[in-house]
Amino acid sequence: MNYETLVSERASSIPPSGIRKFFDIVSEMKDAISLGVGEPDFVTPWHIRSEAIYSLERGRTYYTSNAGLMELRRELALYMERRIDVSYDPAKEILITVGGSEAIDLCIRALVNPGDEVLVPEPSFVCYKPCAVLAGAVPVPLVTKNEDKFKLTKEALLAAITPKTKLLVLPYPNNPTGGVMTRGDLEEIAQVLREKNIFVLSDEIYGELTYGMEHTSIASLPGMRERTIIVNGFSKSYAMTGWRLGWAAAPKEIMQLMVKIHQYAIMCAPTASQYAAIEAVKNGDEDIARMREQYDYRRKIIVDSFNKMGLSCFEPEGAFYVFPSIQSTGYSSEAFAETLLKKEKIAVVPGTAFGESGEGFVRCSYAYSLENINEALERIDRFVNGKGV
Amino acid sequence: MKKILELLERNACLTPEQIAVMLGRDPDAVREQIKSFEKENVIVGYKTIVNWEKTENEPVTAMIELRVTPQRGEGFDEVAKRIYQYEEVSSVYLMSGGYDLAVMLEGKSMKEVAMFVAEKLAPMEQVISTATHFVLKKYKIDGNIVNDKLEDTREVISL
Repeated sequence: MNYETLVSERASSIPPSGIRKFFDIVSEMKDAISLGVGEPDFVTPWHIRSEAIYSLERGRTYYTSNAGLMELRRELALYMERRIDVSYDPAKEILITVGGSEAIDLCIRALVNPGDEVLVPEPSFVCYKPCAVLAGAVPVPLVTKNEDKFKLTKEALLAAITPKTKLLVLPYPNNPTGGVMTRGDLEEIAQVLREKNIFVLSDEIYGELTYGMEHTSIASLPGMRERTIIVNGFSKSYAMTGWRLGWAAAPKEIMQLMVKIHQYAIMCAPTASQYAAIEAVKNGDEDIARMREQYDYRRKIIVDSFNKMGLSCFEPEGAFYVFPSIQSTGYSSEAFAETLLKKEKIAVVPGTAFGESGEGFVRCSYAYSLENINEALERIDRFVNGKGV
Repeated sequence: MKKILELLERNACLTPEQIAVMLGRDPDAVREQIKSFEKENVIVGYKTIVNWEKTENEPVTAMIELRVTPQRGEGFDEVAKRIYQYEEVSSVYLMSGGYDLAVMLEGKSMKEVAMFVAEKLAPMEQVISTATHFVLKKYKIDGNIVNDKLEDTREVISL
């Protein structure tokens, strides 16, 4: 069969993730040290794991309701009130999803019509563009810059808005740059959006991982709740990546559309994960604080080292990534990553995996032990400055 | 101040320079602070946690429960002092509950430990009774899980 002419053109048109391509090489190299993985190195805290085990012991092995366990949605409503000061009705405005990723997909599919434009700040997480394309929308990159600490500026936003603009993706704290948007930064964006019928997909998956400041949700700004869809999850804040659990919060008119897609495509999120999540959101604040403190120590070490070795690196204020500039080395992002891997067996992700504007940068995750990070930094220094060998 | 102690308690190998970066402080100030902690005995010592089970010379560890008569004016301190000066004694704690002093002992053999208790601890006039418990297996020592070294099993994924 000639599959090419038969399969979906849209599915064929989206490229495979650039991160994936690169790490297929890494996984074959046995003694390589990676700073590539974008997930916590911590194991889910035991009291959370044990609740899932207990739920299985009690025979809680059935589906939950489509929207997820009511107790979990109630706890999340309390959590959002407590952390970001926005109220949602657990019965109609909160949906438990299979990771934040599903919530992103649902949100885009629920909002866009063919030809609508979806604004995506770049560099950013790799899924927004393909999700938009698969929904028939047109992704429009909004380039963010090192000198702006990779924040989305009002000017960049205004320049990109057209009559077809439907949705702005706001992925802060940001993967891969570690950039954050403060309340003041968000207010500038909100000013533009309030007067237009543009929705915001606020991806707050790294919202608990900010350093020296509290995360602000754009939904908490006056007039923004009605046009914002919050996407969040348990993966990063509670080190629960493998549980595949996230949630969305949105005005009920939007939420009912998302629930519809979710009920046909997914039915409901895994039950055991939901029981674990209840424990996490009820009693996990200290776990978050403990892990955040460890990330913060590593962040400071890694930023300090990159700047000392001459790879200028702005101090990221969120997530667990640093995004140093490698322009001074004369390499392109991809060549830098490949040569570093070959010569020193250190894996980092080329900035271009997160959009063209990532050229000149690499992403390093600090979701690794300090020993691992220090060893990697030594080797990168040797690679960049030709010391040792 | 407290943060320096927390960091060193987890990992005594951290250099003052590393601690300074981690806490956003001046390296000299951190070095001075550590020195003064050492001087004031806030930092009592630095140790390496060894899993002797993996070596050929695994020592015997025992915990001895001692019931003792406190002395007028000295309480338990005087008898504790007499005990902790023995090289074989690794820790001494004053306890609430069913006994008074918890004494951790290390020796080459069970016999050596038992003899030490019989010859040195039991005969002390303040000691009313002893109960010797040998450690059979150490699962977690001072916050460190002994045998269960977690491998990084995270798989390759796009994000």
